[in-house]
Amino acid sequence: MDDYMPSTTLFVLLLPFLAALFAPALTRLFRHNAAWLLAIVPVVIFWHFATFLPEISKGEVVTGGYQWIPAFRVNFSWFVDGLSLTFALLISGIGVLIVLYSGGYLKGHEHLGRFFSFILMFMGSMLGLVVSDSFLMFFVFWELTSITSFLLIGFDHKREASRRAALQALVVTGGGGLFLLAGLLMIWNVTGISEMSLLLRSQGVLADSPFYLAIFVLVLGGAFTKSAQFPLHFWLPNAMEAPTPVSAYLHSATMVKAGVYLLMRLNPVLGDTAAWETVLPVFGGATLIVGTLLAIRQTDLKLMLAYTTVSSLGLLVMLTGFGHPKAVEAAVLYLVAHSMFKGALFMVAGGIDHEAGSRDITKLGGLMSAMPITFAAAFASAFSMAGLPPFFGFLAKEEIYAGLWQPGAWPLLLTLVAIVGNGLMFVIGFAVALKPFLGEKPAGLREAHDGLVLLWLGPAVLAVASLLTAVFSSVTHRLISIPMATAVEGAPVSVYISLIPHIGMALLLSGITIVFGIVAYRNLERLRSAMAATLTAIGWGPDQGFDQFIRGIVRVSFAVTRIVQNGRMETYMKATFVLLIVAILVPMILFDELPAMPQWPQDVSLYELAIMAIAAVGLVAVIFARDRLTAIVSLGIQGFAVALLFMLFGAPDLSFTQFMVETLSVVILALAMTRLRLTPTDHRPIGKRLFDVTISVVGAGAFLLLLLKVIQLPFDLTLPEFFTNYSMSIAYGRNIVNVILVDFRGTDTWGEIAVVMVAGLAILSLIRISTRRPWPSIATNDPNDEERR
Amino acid sequence: MRTLIFRTVAPYLSSLMVLFSVFVLLRGHNEPGGGFIGGLIAASAFAIYGIACGVSPVRRAMYFHPMALSAAGLLMGSVAGLLSIFAGVPFMTGLWVTVPFFTEELKLSTVLLFDIGVYFVVVGAISSIALALEEREVE
Repeated sequence: MDDYMPSTTLFVLLLPFLAALFAPALTRLFRHNAAWLLAIVPVVIFWHFATFLPEISKGEVVTGGYQWIPAFRVNFSWFVDGLSLTFALLISGIGVLIVLYSGGYLKGHEHLGRFFSFILMFMGSMLGLVVSDSFLMFFVFWELTSITSFLLIGFDHKREASRRAALQALVVTGGGGLFLLAGLLMIWNVTGISEMSLLLRSQGVLADSPFYLAIFVLVLGGAFTKSAQFPLHFWLPNAMEAPTPVSAYLHSATMVKAGVYLLMRLNPVLGDTAAWETVLPVFGGATLIVGTLLAIRQTDLKLMLAYTTVSSLGLLVMLTGFGHPKAVEAAVLYLVAHSMFKGALFMVAGGIDHEAGSRDITKLGGLMSAMPITFAAAFASAFSMAGLPPFFGFLAKEEIYAGLWQPGAWPLLLTLVAIVGNGLMFVIGFAVALKPFLGEKPAGLREAHDGLVLLWLGPAVLAVASLLTAVFSSVTHRLISIPMATAVEGAPVSVYISLIPHIGMALLLSGITIVFGIVAYRNLERLRSAMAATLTAIGWGPDQGFDQFIRGIVRVSFAVTRIVQNGRMETYMKATFVLLIVAILVPMILFDELPAMPQWPQDVSLYELAIMAIAAVGLVAVIFARDRLTAIVSLGIQGFAVALLFMLFGAPDLSFTQFMVETLSVVILALAMTRLRLTPTDHRPIGKRLFDVTISVVGAGAFLLLLLKVIQLPFDLTLPEFFTNYSMSIAYGRNIVNVILVDFRGTDTWGEIAVVMVAGLAILSLIRISTRRPWPSIATNDPNDEERR
Repeated sequence: MRTLIFRTVAPYLSSLMVLFSVFVLLRGHNEPGGGFIGGLIAASAFAIYGIACGVSPVRRAMYFHPMALSAAGLLMGSVAGLLSIFAGVPFMTGLWVTVPFFTEELKLSTVLLFDIGVYFVVVGAISSIALALEEREVE
């Protein structure tokens, strides 16, 4: 634990947010060329984290931070090990390419500056997420990625589909975030640890805890929503409404891997249990198969890639949960390979769309000669995606099979799942990389070319990176794979797979996958129509389910609101008083705290009796008053009598205030009543009257009992003594009541006057509504109405 | 309600009540009184004036919208609390200064400012409600 350059790291973490602030101004100055300037930010981040490589590859970790809320032991602290570092390098490295690519892709867009701002904010959030040490910081960044993702998906906010997709992504991932928060709080409670680095050293504490299952489910709730696991995968393909740089960056290379990151991060403490090793492969495997099958059905390049992203995430989850060190290594290699080839392929798809004006695979063709660089990058990336040498994807694929091929029926099943999934991904990879470029050029396709350097630089660099990392595999493993796999496994592992094939089971399984892939590729059209027919036959998917869910929530809340807030004063009053009575009487009776029968006081003087009689007469007059004005004035009589009593018993301030309040309430009530034009007589049927009488009698009785009980308790003199002694010496005032109000409890009064003012505003607007015009038609939020519209 | 006597007396009565309310407000720290009760007295003064002579003379007399007075009061109360920042003490700690005032010594404090804030909040909120309710007779 050394504080290696803490301030620089803090600066680097804040840098993207600072850059986001200036991005719009820079874009106004330099238009799309601002991309070159803004790309310096991720370059700096990449370089900063790259300086950690030697240290991390030696198995050390870099930590640092500041105290944030020391009272709660909450720190702003970071922690970089192999896992965090790989993610940080991917985020910043691909970030450079994405920022450049955005400049080309959205060249001339009126809100390009805003787009840069959002994408930089996202970069900062994602970076913060992967290096966070304290749980709170981790959660805040986790939610920030959801929010920036919402902004980016909804970037084209004038389109209904974009808005829906953005909202859907936010609801699903934000909802998952709440699960995660609950999970982290439970971990905090169970272990007393609030930092990742310390948690990782607490081997076995969580796994043995009786709350393990709850924590497990909550953490999965966060990870599965973020990483789009079946059946919560539907938001990810919908998120393709975002501009392509967003799809390439957030929804394939980085953000969606946050869930996988979480699982990998917690694998040493949560893993190695039956639940972990069953649930993860089951959901991961299902996601893998469902994702590839749905990808086959698509004809839109971006959607095909999006569904294979879903399946790749499934594969990663399956490998992480498989529970064999080799599988963990495979997950690590595949994660890196996927970020490279999928980012590149998305950028290729966007480039084709940008240049040729279509993303539909059935309408594209013959672009090879027009876009040679793009084609080369796509072809190389497809090789990596299909797991063919000499690209990094090959290493990952070999390791997957080496990891999964273990004795037993369960590994065999998972191996089959992996073969089918990989074979179908092979098909999609080559469909995306070959179909638009080969064959006849369809009529009506726009004249295309490689275009701006900004557009093809990203995919080209990533394709070359896929090649170089594989060729120099020993360097890659030393710097990236081994430290990361060690961090995920929680124990030292060694990775030595290289491009030189080992004759063995893994190679054979790879061969089977390739054969399966080639056969499927030749029958792609037939497979697609078969899938389409199947999906039509099923007719329902989680995407519709989401809509039904949201509609259901609206319906339920509407129904509840109609009961609870039905707009009748009568209901509100009854509910309030009945609950009050329950709150007073039930504890009193349950805990046997009823007051003793009070003694009749002996020394009541005549004038005290007279005043009480006036109060009683006032009340009786209220009940039997013929019209409302009489009732209001009679209520005032009762109030004045009470004020007199206060005066007699030595509370002049209270009495004074009571007089004024009574006067004003009589005036205001009288004014209000005359405006309401209520019928002067009471039309309630006898049953209702009896019910109301019962409520008032019981309520009064409850209050009587409460007051009797209170005065029968021994009187605690601490506070009165304190105020009497210190009112003059501390607060320089003789009137204790006033000193309490404005000095000792000043903050309370401050809150109260704020309430008085806001209540005044509310009443004022209510009065205005009813005088100026007839009731405006207020939106009822009735879901039935909305459907009719 | 608008009898000649009432209409003639109301302006004097209201002025006296407002004066009295200020008196009550200022004596509050040592004798019965204070911002809240003072505010109530002033609000009833305006209510009486409104009932007797109609709402528009009251609005003219108050000059500011009563809700604005209320907001100003809340601002005063908040400033009184925040002034303690400069003294480096917790929020809402009372600070006192003694100023020579002719032959007497005048004790000013953030507590007094706060109490005046309470006074304005109450005057503003109550009289805006009362005036809005009285307004119907004019329209």
